[in-house]
Amino acid sequence: MGHPIEAALTRAAPHQHRPAMPPPQSQPAEVLGLHDVTIAYDRHPVVHHIGGSFEAGSLTALVGPNGAGKSTLLKAIAGLLPVTAGEIRFGLDRRAVGYLPQVVDVDRSFPLRVIDVVDFGHWRKIGALHRLAGEDRAASIAAVASVGLGGLEYQPIGRLSVGQFQRVLFARLMVQEAALILLDEPFNAIDQTTTADLMRVVTDWRAEGRTVIAALHDLEQVKREFPDALLMARELVAWGPARQTLSEDNLARARALAAGWSDPAAICVR
Amino acid sequence: MQLLYEHLVQPFIEFGFMRRALVACLALSVSAGPIGVFLVLRRMSLMGDALSHAILPGAAIGFLVAGLSLWAMSLGGLVVALIVALAAGAMSRVTPLKEDAALAGFFLISLALGVLLVSMKGSSVDLLHILFGTLLAVSNGALILIAASASLTVIALALFYRTLILECFDPGFLRAVGGKGGLAHAVFLALVVLNMVAAMQALGTLMAIGLMMLPATSARLWTISIGRMIGLAVLLAMLSSIAGLIVSYHVNLASGPAVILAAGCIYLASLAAGSNGGLLRRYMRRPHLEH
Repeated sequence: MGHPIEAALTRAAPHQHRPAMPPPQSQPAEVLGLHDVTIAYDRHPVVHHIGGSFEAGSLTALVGPNGAGKSTLLKAIAGLLPVTAGEIRFGLDRRAVGYLPQVVDVDRSFPLRVIDVVDFGHWRKIGALHRLAGEDRAASIAAVASVGLGGLEYQPIGRLSVGQFQRVLFARLMVQEAALILLDEPFNAIDQTTTADLMRVVTDWRAEGRTVIAALHDLEQVKREFPDALLMARELVAWGPARQTLSEDNLARARALAAGWSDPAAICVR
Repeated sequence: MQLLYEHLVQPFIEFGFMRRALVACLALSVSAGPIGVFLVLRRMSLMGDALSHAILPGAAIGFLVAGLSLWAMSLGGLVVALIVALAAGAMSRVTPLKEDAALAGFFLISLALGVLLVSMKGSSVDLLHILFGTLLAVSNGALILIAASASLTVIALALFYRTLILECFDPGFLRAVGGKGGLAHAVFLALVVLNMVAAMQALGTLMAIGLMMLPATSARLWTISIGRMIGLAVLLAMLSSIAGLIVSYHVNLASGPAVILAAGCIYLASLAAGSNGGLLRRYMRRPHLEH
């Protein structure tokens, strides 16, 4: 090992030579790779042999008929469901994944204030025991303001409307500092103003370099706001730029696949 | 002033058993308050009730083995109630039954079993003793058990405070960010059981739950901050203890039920006048402002 001081110097050396900026990348990094992913409930597949990759900073809409497996796929990416076959690979720390489920099953009369709910977004950082730092609280307040709820920080959540509560959940996601954000039907049962505001938040995330995947059913909104789309009907139908993906042909094919789903899918033999 | 002193303070100075009962109740209040608040927040009010029945067969087994021994009955109650609580939790995860339904099944079995076991050897007086306690005959051992359980409860709740709140509010989110919700839930159930066992000799298994639920439910009607709810619940529990003991002394009533009834009165008053959803607020509408 040589002299202890020498060893210490060698250890310190890489720090001195580290470039100030990361080298420019010729290709965007893959944040999430799906490799022949199949997810089944009790052997009946709901997501069937889906493969492809999401690049860093991409904004992708997940589209498909009811029962197409969109929620299931998002849950599996969030790590809440096991993959039956195939593999989901992450190009980032798995803890940097933020997930907003379709139905957040919470008791809205629970005695918490808006700011308390948003503060929970710091969980990864402060865990069960650490004190919330001043800068963390400041980040929460900023997040509440940026979803358009400025001034309501200290309101009990019981006084909020459905749309306002969805804004709170978006603020909590912002505070999580997630690099990959999964949204499951985030604009369901939400009025137009709120949808527009929250859509702006999503576009901002993309500008900040975050990767966003959102399950949606409003095709016009997807064509208007989302660069990429993934059309699925249990299996992959099309994946690419939104307008091409949502062509009449592809949509018809997805509908045709969906028409055959009277019973649970047959046990996979492929 | 003299009259007040005679009625409110004298009994505790004059009689050792009154002092012991007071200490037991105050110590129980410290831990029963926060436990009750979390039971309310988790919507587990009735599950606490169910759990209190699950103590019975264990206590009965202890009674059969060692007679009216505090330690044998407490240990028996603790073990059996923990098994029932954890089994119900496990059943709700692996079968389509919800936790309350699973627990109801187990607690009905244990209640019947407990009564059967006690009646095999003891008299109905013994059964009453287990079910409702004897607050004016709290032993040294029981006092130590109560103090230890209260201390342990306060420390454990401090450690799991944030986890428990998030586990009640949004368990899915807690799971997604890697919190230990399952562990917190198990620890919490264990604390509920521990507190009921500790309160067994003083208040009995059935009454013990009253000192948890009534002050906590009352506190919910006055404030919407969890921290304040806990503080208020402890305060109200202590107040009911003192009031119950004094009334039971002067009117010569059973003291355990008197304490719980005092808590009950506070609950009814809160229902009527509570600033956060009390009935008066609801029905005494202030008129819409007109020009």
